[in-house]
Amino acid sequence: MKEFGYRRVSDVSGAVALLGAEPDARFLGGGTNLVDLMKAGVERPGLLIDVRELPLDRIEATDDGGLRIGATVTNSDLAADPEVRRRYPALAQAVLAGASGQLRNMATVGGNLLQRTRCGYFTDLTKPCNKRVPGSGCPAIKGEHRNHAILGASEHCAAVHPSDMGVALAAFDAVVSYETAHGPGELPLTEFYLPVGDTPHLETALPPGALITGITLPPAPVAALSRYRKVRERASYAFAIGSLAAALDVQDGVIREVRLAFGAVASRPWRAREAERVLAGGPASAEAFAAAADAELAAARVLPHNGFKVTLMRNLVVATLTELTEEAAR
Amino acid sequence: MTTATGTTAPTGAVGAAHTRVEGLAKVTGAARYAGDIPYTELAHGWLVLSTIARGRIGSVESAPVLAMPGVLAVLHHGNAPRVDGDYTGPLGPPDPILQVFQHDRVPFAGWPVALVVAETPEQAREAAEALVVHYDEEPHDVAFHAGNPRSYTPEGPQAETSKGDLDAELAASAVAVDAEYTTPEEHHNPMEPHAAMARWDSGRLEVVDTNQGSKFVADELAKLFSLDPASVRVRSEHVGGAFGAKGTRPHQVLAVMAATALHRPVRVVMTRRQMFSLIGYRSPTAQRVRLGADADGRLRALDHAADCRTSTVYEFIERSADYGRSMYDADAHHTVNRVVPLDVPTPTWMRAPGEAPGSFALESALDELAEKCGIDPIALRARNEPDAGPVSGLPFSSRNLLACFEEGARRFGWADRDPRPGLRREGRWLVGTGTASATFPVLVAPSTAAVTAEADGTFTVRITAADVGTGARTALTQIAADALEVAPERIRMKIADSDFGPAMIAGGSMGTRSWGWAVTAAACELREQLALGGAIPPQGITVRSDTTKDLATLTAKERYSFGAQFAEVAVDVTSGEVRVRRMLGVFAAGRIINPLTARSQLIGGMIWGLSMALHEEAVRDEASGGLVGADLAGYHIAANADVPLIEADWVDDPDADDPVGIKGIGEIGIVGAAAAIANAVWHATGVRHRDLPIRPDRVLLAGTTAGAEPAYGEVETPGVEGASGVEGAPGAEGASGGDRDA
Repeated sequence: MKEFGYRRVSDVSGAVALLGAEPDARFLGGGTNLVDLMKAGVERPGLLIDVRELPLDRIEATDDGGLRIGATVTNSDLAADPEVRRRYPALAQAVLAGASGQLRNMATVGGNLLQRTRCGYFTDLTKPCNKRVPGSGCPAIKGEHRNHAILGASEHCAAVHPSDMGVALAAFDAVVSYETAHGPGELPLTEFYLPVGDTPHLETALPPGALITGITLPPAPVAALSRYRKVRERASYAFAIGSLAAALDVQDGVIREVRLAFGAVASRPWRAREAERVLAGGPASAEAFAAAADAELAAARVLPHNGFKVTLMRNLVVATLTELTEEAAR
Repeated sequence: MTTATGTTAPTGAVGAAHTRVEGLAKVTGAARYAGDIPYTELAHGWLVLSTIARGRIGSVESAPVLAMPGVLAVLHHGNAPRVDGDYTGPLGPPDPILQVFQHDRVPFAGWPVALVVAETPEQAREAAEALVVHYDEEPHDVAFHAGNPRSYTPEGPQAETSKGDLDAELAASAVAVDAEYTTPEEHHNPMEPHAAMARWDSGRLEVVDTNQGSKFVADELAKLFSLDPASVRVRSEHVGGAFGAKGTRPHQVLAVMAATALHRPVRVVMTRRQMFSLIGYRSPTAQRVRLGADADGRLRALDHAADCRTSTVYEFIERSADYGRSMYDADAHHTVNRVVPLDVPTPTWMRAPGEAPGSFALESALDELAEKCGIDPIALRARNEPDAGPVSGLPFSSRNLLACFEEGARRFGWADRDPRPGLRREGRWLVGTGTASATFPVLVAPSTAAVTAEADGTFTVRITAADVGTGARTALTQIAADALEVAPERIRMKIADSDFGPAMIAGGSMGTRSWGWAVTAAACELREQLALGGAIPPQGITVRSDTTKDLATLTAKERYSFGAQFAEVAVDVTSGEVRVRRMLGVFAAGRIINPLTARSQLIGGMIWGLSMALHEEAVRDEASGGLVGADLAGYHIAANADVPLIEADWVDDPDADDPVGIKGIGEIGIVGAAAAIANAVWHATGVRHRDLPIRPDRVLLAGTTAGAEPAYGEVETPGVEGASGVEGAPGAEGASGGDRDA
């Protein structure tokens, strides 16, 4: 494995300046994905800039009733935060559905957003991959793709984003804050990840050299009644084959507001706006839930072995919204 | 809780729970494994594996790599010393993968093409990953499927057995089952990776290794390198799991090659990914089972044809069809194992080779027959209990299958079971139960042992046994204690050193029986000598045993262990999730030496069966010929959360022909477990799953037409059929799915 340097930084501007001076450098959060990729040879940084001691480890209420989550908050601390659990329960559930206790103790919120796909071709240097080596081809399209994308993919890449946390964040309109040498900036999470197109190696809209500093969750009363449902091939310690973050505000059988985001179906957490549009103001019934899922999934393009995800996501939408409706009535 | 079995020996060590004698060393980290031990001047070898699946090595660009920091050598087919693979060992001729770097041919993806040796493992790895190898690639074929025209029936009497007129009996049967079952490529990756250090010391080759039989490996290395067997010493004190994967593999050969070339100690450790192509694995299988029975379930016809796959360089047969040869009789009885050579690594023995996939097929088919006959699955098995070996006609040494079912059914609550499928719902879960038989051969092989009475009143036992994590060292201590009629604390058990002489490997569930026989023979003779009185000299009194002659007197019988597996599962057909809720295995597997470690070993096998049923599957990429996700993130085994209440127990079943009563418990725990789970999934949902693993996508789409068109090139948007079950209908969907016989 390639030899690399290691530097610990204590202030944001110093971190950004150091990265700018070392084009071969990467920020190191918990390292739960980056270090694995270094072992596999997928990432070969010359310098790791450890950002875990930056003063970005707080979860604070915002004046308007939202939450601001620092980039170095660990997954464990995020899931355990009382305000997160009270205001955005699906977010806490999503974080706890991922990885293991040990990994969650290390993994950071900022790093979670930047983790790479677990596509088996991406992590294997002996095989082509457009995301790893642009233009080399995507063997998944004709090969192993049971857990690949049904939405928003292209013939150049059908890998899925692995994050559970990001799915809940997408449902709750999270905004990503970052710092660059030229000053701070913001991106809504739904615009944070770039479309796949013919550039699957370009994954985020972060400017070059940017350091994620935190995530802001705007106030969302609807999120108080929310749920994250994750389906995977074993009971624990596996990435989703389909997941759903759902929040529902229903009164007298009428949907006042609904939030839906899908996981493990696209190269990014997939906000299901079409399904939300179909449901808004309508009845909270299984038929309506199914129709909304169908509307969202009408855009699905499946490969020979991942078509089950269409059925799975439809079933998850109906089952989860039905549960939330019943819960709202109690 | 312990269950003492058999007669109680004078000291009562055998049959009593005993923690591992090396347990303290292991949990404190004092126990050193082969990859851990420091040596002066140790150099580190790193393997380079082929990235093509078939072809020739054009060139190995060593020069740039040799200039990298710390690099000492690059071994490859152009400069490696010659080895001699023209021999036949106890398990047959060697897999040609041991003849490392002897030619330029590449027969599969992941074939060893070079070894980079450097001062540190990091330097070796960086250089190995930088090494450029040019290939002349040829087209490859890795696709395994039933009915491949290149499949053939291997030579030898064990490939096929036949009696009676199959077609006539099938035609005369009131009830018939004809179904195909598949199991995928499965891997046995021990937690501890393969690792070997080799060095020359005073004219002797010393290898510190992790293996299943140090004498076996030493003899094989002696043959490969044309050495006097007495000049090779292999030790393997602690082994972090083996499961059939830790015989002689390329890393030991390469460590010896490099140590010889560099005149210094060299260690070669495999990475997890390398293990997926270098250590063997279980072939995928495609099995067709045909059963014909009278209306009361009595079998008239049993036909089991099992296809497997091997490499193009070595014929290894996964003998799935062997399973029925001892289990069930029929007027017409036919079993055959077939194989097709493809451009893939050679498979090998993986826990319960043959029996694990074979039992999935035949025990699932029996459940289907029970359903069609309308009789209880246990009653069906009882109705078909043979009096003698169905194929051999030989008597059974003992056959306590029904005792296992009786005890298991009582504890599991089987009598209360409603046989109808798809009826029990708890929230989103459909619940069902299933059962299956288990069996595994009882074998024994010659071994030698030495037992020494020391002057201080202690005893030292030396035997080239291997404790691969099973507790063999502890069991042998207990056996020696009873034979010597002393407390176990007075025994010093030395194992896993080829200098101790020939002994059976830890394999075939034969280790403890084979070694225990030799230890008992030497210890009993020593005890008789000591009983005559007299002082013990400073060097002690040593008695040696060799069981070769004793074993030759064993008469031909059907010698098997048996078991009954039970499982309860919950299935959500709207998400495809299957969760095992509880398992129970009751076994008749000879006298149990150490209930503590035996239970652990049996439960371990059952958990493996759970993984086989629901999780394990290596995915081979047809384009590259290699695996996708060849690591323990990509290759799933059960996580703790998948493993519910699992109980294993046993009925009294001492083997009358064994001096200690042992049969062997290493493998039977996995046998039948996957079938019991698959049968329970049917009971829960009404849908038969004949392809393992029973993945969520398979459950979700079962009973629906899953065929969706490829999106790219020929863009289509699928309908969302198959989702009708969301609102209360999943049970009905499952029940109406019924059979999906091809």
